[in-house]
Amino acid sequence: MSRMEKRFPTRINIRKGTVDMTHGSGGRAMAQLIEELFTKHFDNTYLRQGNDQAIFEAPKGRMVMSVDGHVVSPLFFPGGDIGALSVHGTINDVAMSGAKPLYLSAGFILEEGFPLADLERIVISMAAASRAAGVPVVTGDTKVVERGKGDGVFITTTGIGVVPERLDISGANAKAGDAILVSGYIGDHGVAIMSSRENLAFETEIISDTAALHDLVADMVAAVPDIHTMRDPTRGGLASALNEIAYQAQVGMRLNEAAIPVRREVDAACELLGLDPLYVANEGKLVAICPADKADALLKAMQAHPLGRDAAIIGEVVEDDMGFVTMETGFGGTRIVDWLAGEQLPRIC
Amino acid sequence: MCLAIPAKIVEKTAGDNAIVSLDGVKKEVSLALISDAEIGDYVLVHVGYALNTISPAEAEKTLKLMAEMSEMVENTQ
Amino acid sequence: MKYVNEFRDKTLAKKLAAQIAEAADPSRQYNLMEFCGGHTHAIFRYGVQDLMPSNVNFVHGPGCPVCVLPIPRIDNAIELAEQGAIVCTYGDMMRVPASKKNSLIKAKAAGSDIRMVYSTQDALKVARENPDREVVFFAIGFETTTPPTAVAIKQAAEEELANFSVFCNHVLTPAAIQHILQSPEVRELGVVQIDGFYGPSHVSSVIGSAPYDYFAEEFQKPVVIAGFEPLDVMQSTLMLISQINEGRFEVENEYTRVVTREGNEKAQGLVSEVFELRRMFEWRGLGDVPYSALKIREEYSAFDAERRFEITKSTGKDVKGCECPAILRGAKKPTDCKLFGTVCTPDNPQGSCMVSSEGSCAAYWSFGRFRLDRVKETAE
Repeated sequence: MSRMEKRFPTRINIRKGTVDMTHGSGGRAMAQLIEELFTKHFDNTYLRQGNDQAIFEAPKGRMVMSVDGHVVSPLFFPGGDIGALSVHGTINDVAMSGAKPLYLSAGFILEEGFPLADLERIVISMAAASRAAGVPVVTGDTKVVERGKGDGVFITTTGIGVVPERLDISGANAKAGDAILVSGYIGDHGVAIMSSRENLAFETEIISDTAALHDLVADMVAAVPDIHTMRDPTRGGLASALNEIAYQAQVGMRLNEAAIPVRREVDAACELLGLDPLYVANEGKLVAICPADKADALLKAMQAHPLGRDAAIIGEVVEDDMGFVTMETGFGGTRIVDWLAGEQLPRIC
Repeated sequence: MCLAIPAKIVEKTAGDNAIVSLDGVKKEVSLALISDAEIGDYVLVHVGYALNTISPAEAEKTLKLMAEMSEMVENTQ
Repeated sequence: MKYVNEFRDKTLAKKLAAQIAEAADPSRQYNLMEFCGGHTHAIFRYGVQDLMPSNVNFVHGPGCPVCVLPIPRIDNAIELAEQGAIVCTYGDMMRVPASKKNSLIKAKAAGSDIRMVYSTQDALKVARENPDREVVFFAIGFETTTPPTAVAIKQAAEEELANFSVFCNHVLTPAAIQHILQSPEVRELGVVQIDGFYGPSHVSSVIGSAPYDYFAEEFQKPVVIAGFEPLDVMQSTLMLISQINEGRFEVENEYTRVVTREGNEKAQGLVSEVFELRRMFEWRGLGDVPYSALKIREEYSAFDAERRFEITKSTGKDVKGCECPAILRGAKKPTDCKLFGTVCTPDNPQGSCMVSSEGSCAAYWSFGRFRLDRVKETAE
């Protein structure tokens, strides 16, 4: 034990140090970075074994696996950071199948020159998110690229879980007549990110909604096992998620704009920049589609959970083999809610 | 064209600038194109500039007119 | 949002719709041209068409400064960036197709320093922070957007910001309206029937309602200056229908909370201090239009990108088959264009009408009026 503790002559200077190429070369420097930063903060038995892989008993049932690359900029934003995002995002992707997320892996691509203090901040945030969610990061990897070839840090996380027997949740299962629900206010994350981008410079109290939803999902599938579809509307917003599902299931949708929860501030920020909240990213929300007669029960279950307090029924699935998502506007007319075309850019016109 | 949005002046800052608030979202804009704008006034904001002040009296009048005209229809039906 | 939400009220909308239905004479069509792209957007986004009787038709005009900017001018902006200048532009221009399928966003991806800004103040900031680089602001827009450019040029002059210049493409609304009304299709051939105009909201807040008197008189068409919100559009529709029914052709102002007869004289003053009329300017879809655009005056020529840089004359043309020119004039609908929805979609725009969020084609596509009609067809 004492031999291991004295493995490295001096500690890494996290306060002032920066990432350099040796941290990715597989040598002593990399081992030290892993031990004094990653293993220290993630702090679980798997990582402490110091292997390139994690060994665990195969859980019984259908396994679910998901992967997500995180390249958000800025790295730190109101309400979160890339670390929290990478943990929550992958947990959510796994949870959208109804599965209980079990383990995560994390791959880091670090840019030469990136401050170690920032890296530690990110890792601490990831560790906290992982612990709070009860889903450990059991294995990881670190690489370093030359200055200019990365955006500080890119993180890729993979998650696995197990789907309970009785669940069959998929985009393709949405059926005409089903109810469409959303778990809360949309557009928070995107607006929070934009407010911290330099060239747009507006002030707002809006913070990112980044959150792990697996606990909410567990309550939902317990209340309504025959949920047909769940999806988290991240990039591209609610509109894109719904269009994806409509396409998968070959159905149409009819939404009620007045029922879609949007915070006044998010509405205002979008208005100011000429953006549509329906297309703005979310990181702690989900869309659920279930049989119409179960909608009230599902809504109740969602609203009983802190992350679903503001849940609402926002529309219904309809027959339409052209897959149009339409919406009755708050004004009384109808419009189509299309896929996002290109990127949403603030406009003057 | 001309995406312009009404916002309330909440603070005056250096030079010709002011902070406006739209339902709690704050942005710094230039008042170089208008005169006599005071804190509490609503202005039309376009590409970072206040273009005009909004007349509360006229806004009121317009809404009233809309409501009245629709009353007329209801009464004739 | 104050002064916004009240003008989007559903109950008032229903009532106004009933009034419009009552006022509209069933024996005729009402073809009302909204000049301003903002109105196009509002109509589609809120589905205002659904609350109108079927004999009220919105004709979409060339009120989208992004749409009417001819390809050569975008080529020029890209060229300036490729020559090494930092080109600052409003977001709207980024994806507009230029020659050879290029665009500002593609040029940016290829390495040119093109930066999106929200305000001319941001462009000045970029110039101050990069004293060793040339910074060019790509100025576009109608009379609403021109005063902010004037302010920036004056400020640059005061600060002696030597590395800042403006590539000026500001255009004028009355000239465009005139050109449409005088075009053979409208005046003589009657191909495009226009019975009345919705005057642009925010252009009018700057220039006032007085400039429209000429049109009402000369062309004997009513003009109602309409606010931006859907209730404003409906109220203005009612006012237009009333005028048409009564055979009047006056300039009325629905947007009184912002528009006055004289407009914003301070802004107008600043603009005439910095800019003067160009004798001729090419508009996409309208060809050469006299006295329809602005250039920077001699006193401020130091900040005129066209005088500072060597800009080659581009001969870029619209993509073959692209009907933007006709659509901008109101002579054709997006659905009349062979490229619409097939080759040309928002993900792969061939012309400006599909890129700009206020272009007719984009509005049609994104909010999908034609698709709803098509769905109706298939269902029948």
